[in-house]
Amino acid sequence: MRRFTYHEPATLDEAVSLLAAPNAQILAGGTDLLVELKEQLRRADCVVNIKKIPGIAGLAYDDKAGLRIGALATAREVEVSPLVLDKYRSLAQSVRELGSIQVRHRATIIGNVCRASPSADTIPPLIADGASLRICGAGGERTLKVEDFFLGPGRTVLKPGDVVTEIVVPPPPPGTRKIYIKHGRRKAMELATVGVAVTHVPGAETRIVLGAVAPTPLRARHAEDLLRGKRLTDELIAKAAQAAVAESRPISNVRASAEYRREMVGVLTRRALEQLR
Amino acid sequence: MTTIALTINGEARELAVEPYRSLLDVLRNEAGLTGTKKGCDVGDCGACTVLVDGKPVNSCLMLGVEADGSEVLTIEGLQPAPNRLHPLQEAFIRLGGAQCGFCTPGMIMMAAALLAENPSPSEEEIRFGIAGNICRCTGYTKIVEAIQAAGKELA
Repeated sequence: MRRFTYHEPATLDEAVSLLAAPNAQILAGGTDLLVELKEQLRRADCVVNIKKIPGIAGLAYDDKAGLRIGALATAREVEVSPLVLDKYRSLAQSVRELGSIQVRHRATIIGNVCRASPSADTIPPLIADGASLRICGAGGERTLKVEDFFLGPGRTVLKPGDVVTEIVVPPPPPGTRKIYIKHGRRKAMELATVGVAVTHVPGAETRIVLGAVAPTPLRARHAEDLLRGKRLTDELIAKAAQAAVAESRPISNVRASAEYRREMVGVLTRRALEQLR
Repeated sequence: MTTIALTINGEARELAVEPYRSLLDVLRNEAGLTGTKKGCDVGDCGACTVLVDGKPVNSCLMLGVEADGSEVLTIEGLQPAPNRLHPLQEAFIRLGGAQCGFCTPGMIMMAAALLAENPSPSEEEIRFGIAGNICRCTGYTKIVEAIQAAGKELA
């Protein structure tokens, strides 16, 4: 790694001002940052470790507000939480697919979101569940839907100095069913070729979010429209799967061709919906 | 340079480290403990796995300065007494869980963490547990058997 200065701010305000400097990088889990610094994909003149800041750690649940995931909450904390498995099953499924146990002990959920990889596993379930981010920056605090956070691969609406302090995921209405299916070339330590998250509220709405098939995680809105308030019949599921295929905009890369990805969007969307009815 | 104070294998140490050095480099160079191996250096292979405050991590993906105040356990600190091996080390030797040996320290540290949480894991649980540790020699079967055997002994 190239030389950088290192800071451990004790408050959020201090972190925000340190991060406003050019080439300042935020360090929470570090599992993406250190790789990118070593491979010189990213430059850091200054690294700001936010782990000493009080009040941004851990998970908390409340029947009204839902699940709060703090900036320092690791993927492993989410993975082993019985509450997450019970109420946020698709998020729990996606986290098991992220890296290895060693990585998950360091990597944070918010880091996975802020890295804004089109193939990130945790993002489709969070969007399907209607999650929001709380951002603290020079201009104060603001909240934003996770869905509106991404601009492109590796790009978000965050400005220099911004820190995402928490993600809030609304409580599931009674009877809600959720699933995340990841498709990869191997079972472990793999980036998704295609990921599909579905949150199904019977009699109300079904949200379908596709990963790794567009520059940002993508809601399959036409497919959702077909299913709104309806019972998931074979015929309707087939139509929704086709709609999702038409909405996807995949590229070809080392992991799969665009044609293959499109085909898999149909297969996985159908499979996900069949398992939720 | 920053001075960090940490416990490595039960021993209190103070080390002067540059902030841009990984914990892996600090362990191997500043602390002189070369049992922990550097394979890929980007968190894919698991050869650098150590326990930090009881949790298995890739020491290549952590800064040395982040270990300030923590307790680090490396393969050198696993044996219960000098001249006595840990049951995992015994089982890896007895059952052929190591061939070239490069992945073995990381594999054993990950297995130690796994058995601490779940003393009698199924084959599937072991394979899930060591998914982040790559071995190019054994084909994993003997590693899985060794971890299962050690688990029985430790339980």
